[in-house]
Amino acid sequence: MALLEVNDLKTHFFTKKGIVKSVDGISFQIEKGEILGIVGESGAGKSITGFSILRLIDDPGRIVEGEIIFDGEDLVPKSEEEMQTIRGNKISMVFQDPQTSLNPVITIGDQLIEAIVYHNRNVSKKEAFERCVAILEKVGLPAARKRMGSYPHQLSGGMKQRVVIAMALLNDPRLLIADEPTTALDVTIQAQILYLMKKLSQDFGSSLILITHDIAVVSQLCDRIAVMYAGRIVEYGTKEEIIFDPKHPYTRGLIACLPKLNDDTDRLYQIPGIMPSLLNLPEGCYFKDRCELADETCDVYPEKQVFGERVVFCHKVT
Amino acid sequence: MKFLNNELVSEFFEDKLAVAGLVIFVILSLLALFPSYVTYQNPYDLTQLYLENSFRPPGSDFFLGTDEQGRDIYSAMIYGLRISLYVGLASTILSVIIGYTLGLISGYYGGWVDTIIMRIADIQLSFPAILIALIIMALWGEGVGKIIIAITIVNWVYYARTARGVVLSEKEKDYAQSAKALGMGNLSIIFKEIMPNTTAPIIVIATVRIANAIILEATLSFLGLGVPITEPSLGSLISNGYQVLFSGYWWASVFPGMLLMVLIISINLIGDRMRDIMNPRLKR
Repeated sequence: MALLEVNDLKTHFFTKKGIVKSVDGISFQIEKGEILGIVGESGAGKSITGFSILRLIDDPGRIVEGEIIFDGEDLVPKSEEEMQTIRGNKISMVFQDPQTSLNPVITIGDQLIEAIVYHNRNVSKKEAFERCVAILEKVGLPAARKRMGSYPHQLSGGMKQRVVIAMALLNDPRLLIADEPTTALDVTIQAQILYLMKKLSQDFGSSLILITHDIAVVSQLCDRIAVMYAGRIVEYGTKEEIIFDPKHPYTRGLIACLPKLNDDTDRLYQIPGIMPSLLNLPEGCYFKDRCELADETCDVYPEKQVFGERVVFCHKVT
Repeated sequence: MKFLNNELVSEFFEDKLAVAGLVIFVILSLLALFPSYVTYQNPYDLTQLYLENSFRPPGSDFFLGTDEQGRDIYSAMIYGLRISLYVGLASTILSVIIGYTLGLISGYYGGWVDTIIMRIADIQLSFPAILIALIIMALWGEGVGKIIIAITIVNWVYYARTARGVVLSEKEKDYAQSAKALGMGNLSIIFKEIMPNTTAPIIVIATVRIANAIILEATLSFLGLGVPITEPSLGSLISNGYQVLFSGYWWASVFPGMLLMVLIISINLIGDRMRDIMNPRLKR
């Protein structure tokens, strides 16, 4: 049985301008120990998918339909109190910007200890302290014991992100959701952090959902990839399938955008046009206005097509 | 508090005026804390007062003169200072506790909680503070405890509004979100995560508003609605002396007035400096 199974999840935002269907009927699964990458442009609904799993959707947003089955239990109908025992404990999250995701006026140590003690009342402060030092060493923070007394502003961006990852891993979560964990970091640090996350998820036996707009990142780390466009998954499959044999024209476009080492072109490829506004989605396939293959058949939203492990939503793929 | 680290303290001492204010305030507080050691008369003890000493000018046997009861003005001032400071500090502490908590809750939860708390605050701010305090004191009668509560009712609004404003921006920051993602409950997020990030403006306002509370108490006492005449504060001493101000007995009103002024200025000097060092935008 899959660790997490998302079925037909719909998260809509009821704004004054209309209903924004940020996530509109997506389904995917993640097995124990697996790494799933969710790729897409800004506004495609990647982050909202992550927040929905943790039920961190604030007004005016709401999960209107669908199931999030984690470990055999549906999270959608759970109460806020039940969710609080799951957040940070069984499922935790790493945020995009380590500069702001640590509390600036509390020491690293106090923040980490609080994260343990909050979920396990019977753990003593001393025990918690030692556990924190151990985990900081594990994420490769130099002088971990000394750093426990530091404030976030005394650490560099990469160090802070290591602390954030350590905080997410403190309670041995079964699932870790990383929302663009490397976007705010230097390129030199990005690879280190990514491999650290991969290694840790292997060591801890936890699954990882990696949310990113960078298809190069997912191609290196992930077992499975889901490509999102305008609130829906357009293609879903194993890494090999998606990267080396993309079927959906949008996925192909994304991969064509990547610069190639042995290519001598002056300009990089770019997908023409922009993603439609979620308030004003076209009839039929959302990608048709930017798609080279589009014709009148695309005026109806494509049905799901399954090829082995791959799922594609496109009329032109056969 | 942890953020009151050495850096801020040493920055405070860079400003000579603020240091002077602090020194004066500390001296006045010490005088007010141990009045019996620095005065030669207990102005409340009627057996120590002799009517033949009434309206002695300053400089004679009595350092700053006496009032019509033969009460030593200097001793009365020190005891009055004690009451003024007590009322100022106690009402400020109470209004910080109430206003800060309500402001944090109001800003964090929003919605109808916010609407109710903030509309009450708005209505209250549309009346002059002195008017509200006057109404309360007129209804309740005089007394030290009552005046503390009246000033608290007037002053909580300022802390609530400030706290709410800061919380509105703090709660959107990632650390508050990530605390939520760590499974923390709302109350823990408010008081353990957000509150430590909002103390700077509250401390600054509290310092400035201590002076304000003392002035409000003095005003009420001057108008005869504050502390009872048996426990005179600086305000009631000024009021008392004011009645005979133009009969040539100027010292009974002027000296308590000057002490009140020095006290307020010293607190304001400290408050201004606090504002400067805690506001990163004013830093060079």
